[in-house]
Amino acid sequence: MGLNVSDLTIARGGIKVLEGVSFTLHAGSAIVLRGPNGIGKTTLLRTVAGLQPPIDGRVEADPDSLVYSGHADGIKATLTVSENLTFWAQVFGEADISNAIKAFQLERLASRPAGALSAGQKRRLGLARLLVTGRPIWVLDEPTVSLDVEAVGMFANAVRAHLARGGAALIATHIDLGLPEAEVLDAGQFRARAAALDDFDEAFL
Amino acid sequence: MIALLTRDLRLAMRAGGGFGLGLAFFLIVVTLVPFGVGPQSELLARIAAGILWLGALLSCLLSLDRIFALDWEDGSLDLLATAPLPMEAIVTIKALAHWLTTGLPLILAAPLFALLLSLPEAGYKPLILSLFLGTPALSVIGTFGAALTVGLKRGGLLLSLLVLPLYVPTLIFGAEMARRGVEGLDFTTPLLMLAGITCGTIALLPFASAAVLKVNLR
Repeated sequence: MGLNVSDLTIARGGIKVLEGVSFTLHAGSAIVLRGPNGIGKTTLLRTVAGLQPPIDGRVEADPDSLVYSGHADGIKATLTVSENLTFWAQVFGEADISNAIKAFQLERLASRPAGALSAGQKRRLGLARLLVTGRPIWVLDEPTVSLDVEAVGMFANAVRAHLARGGAALIATHIDLGLPEAEVLDAGQFRARAAALDDFDEAFL
Repeated sequence: MIALLTRDLRLAMRAGGGFGLGLAFFLIVVTLVPFGVGPQSELLARIAAGILWLGALLSCLLSLDRIFALDWEDGSLDLLATAPLPMEAIVTIKALAHWLTTGLPLILAAPLFALLLSLPEAGYKPLILSLFLGTPALSVIGTFGAALTVGLKRGGLLLSLLVLPLYVPTLIFGAEMARRGVEGLDFTTPLLMLAGITCGTIALLPFASAAVLKVNLR
């Protein structure tokens, strides 16, 4: 189990953003991905999650081992908190949502429509979804946006518990998560050089 | 898969879900037509089948852009794409949920609306049968159109332009079947054509929709 990325080249909108990205994520460890805005962190995570194909290189992971969480939480406003979680649990073939509710302290919000939650509460619900998927590798894109200090602590505890169970996490973030054991990977070192147009027709498309 | 279906149906029933939208539009079309063409019941009886089919088609079109746009906006579609469900299953379930929330209510309400348009008695059975056979094709083709336009803001116009030509065969054979039924003619040929179109779209289009959706999610 684990995630192995070798010599990956990725593009956004047809322009190469990162090239030669290589890292290995072992079970029980976490990698924090850093880098300035626009460097291609989200594109890298979406490629790792299989949402878009890489231009070059390989992403190796066991089938059905990844779960992706992006900028949007995928929450339905008219469903309640527990209905939202139950839906994702059923999609991933799990049944129990009580651990997820407890880990992000959503007990008192469980029967409230998700549309009535604050931004931070919605984010907590989105992160609680990770726990009901039962997948070992978490691929998270800025998971702590709009969370308060206390909720960041909840998140750090959830990640730590996940790592202790033999899981792994790849997290793009700008803030300090309180996870000193996580390895830091700077996306800036893989920045793609501006390639000369090798295809003449490309200039006219 | 069952979970996705029940979620979609539950979302459609809740506030702002658009469950009654198609039905209300159908009702409006059917009640306004007699005002437009005048209250001669023999004229209405002649055009009733066509009007009902046209109303069903347009009210189906009205709710198409909701199939994927809402899930795309709130990020659920990205998450579903990385979930253990195959994309083909997701689009099939989406089409089924769309048919259950728009097509099926239209079929159930059609006898009442046919009464408003004074459809002759002989026409009821072929009309209901043709709607029952034809509306699944409308949902499946519409899901394909919705998958094509999923990333576009205000993609409704493009969606209609893409989908309407694909709806024409279904409309022709559906309305033809209902018309022949009204006139007491044999309607086996349009019935078979309509069933063939529906079976073909159900068999093939989910694969096309899934492929298109994967490209659009990049």
